[in-house]
Amino acid sequence: MTTSRALTFADLKTGMYARVTGVEENCLESRRLQEMGFTVGTEFHVVKVAPLGDPIEIDLRGYRICLRKRECACIELEAIV
Amino acid sequence: MVGNPNAGKTTLFNALTGSRQKVANYPGVTVERVSSQMRLGDDIVECVDIPGIYSLTAASEDERVATSAILAKDNPPDLCVIVLDGTNLERHLFLFTQIAEAGLPVVIAVTMTDRLEAHGKELSIAALSAELGVDCVAVIGHKEKGIAELKMAIRRNLREPKRPAYDFGLPEGLEAELAELRDRLSRLGVDASLGEVRHSLYQPTEEFSNFLRDFPEVSEPYRTAREKLEAADLLRPSLDVQSRYKWAKDIQERVVTRLSDAKLRKSRTDRIDQILIHRVWGLAIFIGVMYLVFQSIYTLATPVMDWIEGGFSWIADTVSPPLESNPDLKSLIVDGLIGGVGGMLVFLPQILILFFFIAVLEGTGYLARAAFLMDRLLGWAGLNGRAFIPLLSSFACAIPGIMAARVMPDAKSRLATILVAPLMSCSARLPVYIILIGAFIEPTYGPFWAGFTLFAMHFVGMAVAIPVVFVLNRKVLKGRRLPFLLELPPYQWPKWRDVWLAMFTRGKVFVKTAGTIIVFMSALIWALSYYPRLSPVESAQILKVETPEDADKKIQERQLEQSYLGRFGKAIEPVFVPAGFDWRISTAILSAFPARETVVPSLGIIFSLGNETDEESADLRTAMQEATWPDGRKLFTVWTAAGLMVFFALCAQCMATLATVRRETNSWKWPVFMFCYMTGLAYLAAVLIHQLSRLAGG
Repeated sequence: MTTSRALTFADLKTGMYARVTGVEENCLESRRLQEMGFTVGTEFHVVKVAPLGDPIEIDLRGYRICLRKRECACIELEAIV
Repeated sequence: MVGNPNAGKTTLFNALTGSRQKVANYPGVTVERVSSQMRLGDDIVECVDIPGIYSLTAASEDERVATSAILAKDNPPDLCVIVLDGTNLERHLFLFTQIAEAGLPVVIAVTMTDRLEAHGKELSIAALSAELGVDCVAVIGHKEKGIAELKMAIRRNLREPKRPAYDFGLPEGLEAELAELRDRLSRLGVDASLGEVRHSLYQPTEEFSNFLRDFPEVSEPYRTAREKLEAADLLRPSLDVQSRYKWAKDIQERVVTRLSDAKLRKSRTDRIDQILIHRVWGLAIFIGVMYLVFQSIYTLATPVMDWIEGGFSWIADTVSPPLESNPDLKSLIVDGLIGGVGGMLVFLPQILILFFFIAVLEGTGYLARAAFLMDRLLGWAGLNGRAFIPLLSSFACAIPGIMAARVMPDAKSRLATILVAPLMSCSARLPVYIILIGAFIEPTYGPFWAGFTLFAMHFVGMAVAIPVVFVLNRKVLKGRRLPFLLELPPYQWPKWRDVWLAMFTRGKVFVKTAGTIIVFMSALIWALSYYPRLSPVESAQILKVETPEDADKKIQERQLEQSYLGRFGKAIEPVFVPAGFDWRISTAILSAFPARETVVPSLGIIFSLGNETDEESADLRTAMQEATWPDGRKLFTVWTAAGLMVFFALCAQCMATLATVRRETNSWKWPVFMFCYMTGLAYLAAVLIHQLSRLAGG
């Protein structure tokens, strides 16, 4: 059974799985993150949260990327349980 | 040659072109343009390595340069070699879709296919070629695999270019509208590719908006297209990106097959990362690695530097005798030019060793982990983990470091990085540290504290940089920051050819850019300290009172004291007295403003040794240890030495750096600002150290 709940990047913890549900249009940050692969419907996995909570390492579309949580506020997520 | 960062582009470029690379700058801006001649049968082709980019949206400076190089109207590339990472095809194909839209001929090089196999997957090159409609070649750059084939494909395509078909499953209404808009534009005489039309609709640049204002007949079709698309809810950039990724994913699924079910997710890289980016071990290892790097620079470079010094004094000895008849010319050539060139080349071993370490750390993937670890610290100061790379390069020389600041994704963090890069202790400061540590720390406290002091001196600049950036970001710099993005590539062994080539090209750039200025300044400082000549009367007087062996030194010292440089040093002495520096140190400081490299030769002249001096010179050490104030107090205490070292650590004593900042920021404002704040801080710190040491009874 799969249930989901709304999330932001700030809620992500090591080992979590999440899916992109929405992106802000006409926003440079959001555009850049989409170009890196965070498009609506994309699922990803949080590999590691750096000491002190930022940045986070994400496994996305088969590669690893580090991001700062607060710089990803333009992306809406849901948790995959 | 274009591709994402970490696509293996540099390795492939090195394999294709070898060591004949030319490093220049793009006109107007100073993103490095690495190009090389490549022989293809009877033809000679110029191959240009475009900076690694994620997209043609041109968010960072590197991307702007890459985009304009790819989309150049007046001088378009004859062929784009797109480098795609086979293990990460989806994201790399995204960039492909954007380049394909530009309508350029394309050849694809697929890298990392060996790693794909290790993951139990197989990529069908033939299928990929068929899907994309262009020639694809699998290459493993460091093993020379596929290089000959790639060259053949390039040659073939230069004769019969193939342009990729671009049907990326974008929403139909959108494509039709864009095509129509493009047709209407071309009827008006505006020649644009589909990609350009798309970008001008989504994110019109300021330049483009002005253009539209000036040409209402062009803006008319734009307005209709915009209205129609908005009505159909198709004018959404996210739809565009989404469709491209969907297309890329479909392609990946069709061309990559999984051979075994082996789940290799808990890979070697993950296991290594558990330690290297651990919150305790990771940081400890990071500091250890940095310590090792700087200790190696200190210990490994010394013998080679001695050898270079020896070589130059041999040259000086060889050319001297024929010039005896003309003492002015002899002094210019021997003391000014040979001394100057030698004094510069002596840094080459250190620069090479540092670039060796940077290239190894980068090649293994550790540099990205270091950036991940450092992001927290640098982020607090308003920079980000990426700034770690330009800042680390600045430890060799601020000039490549400042240039490397182009990896920063936005103007604000880039400027902040540029402005603090020269605070990192560049290798030109090493001679000062080495001679002062050798004269005042090592004899008293032993080699452990000598090494520690050297390490600490490298920390001073970093420690000061944090509050500086903090203030800059809040008070001085404006604009927005782009999100911090950092890929963590899998660990791998460094590719030795890439390491050697990085050392070789960096060394060449250093000798060329720094060399010219330093040679010129050496001649200038030589002239300032050589003229006006001491009167023969005074020389004769000195000869009368002193013993013959002391007389020479005494004459040289008097000569310097009454030279232009010495007079200026004396005039400015009152300014430096609060820092505990006398006219001799002040003169050395002044002479070092154009290039701090010159300070050791200057100290040599000033403490009357002639200027065949290097930082290992025992005579100069003794002369400095024995130097006194007129009242007989020792000139140098441990704290004077510390103050002088901190002064050098913080001061903006490098003309080449300021010139680079001017070029990079395209304004005199920032180099002037940099000079003022750094020199001011250096002075304050030196005064503070001297006054505190006096209070403490030192």
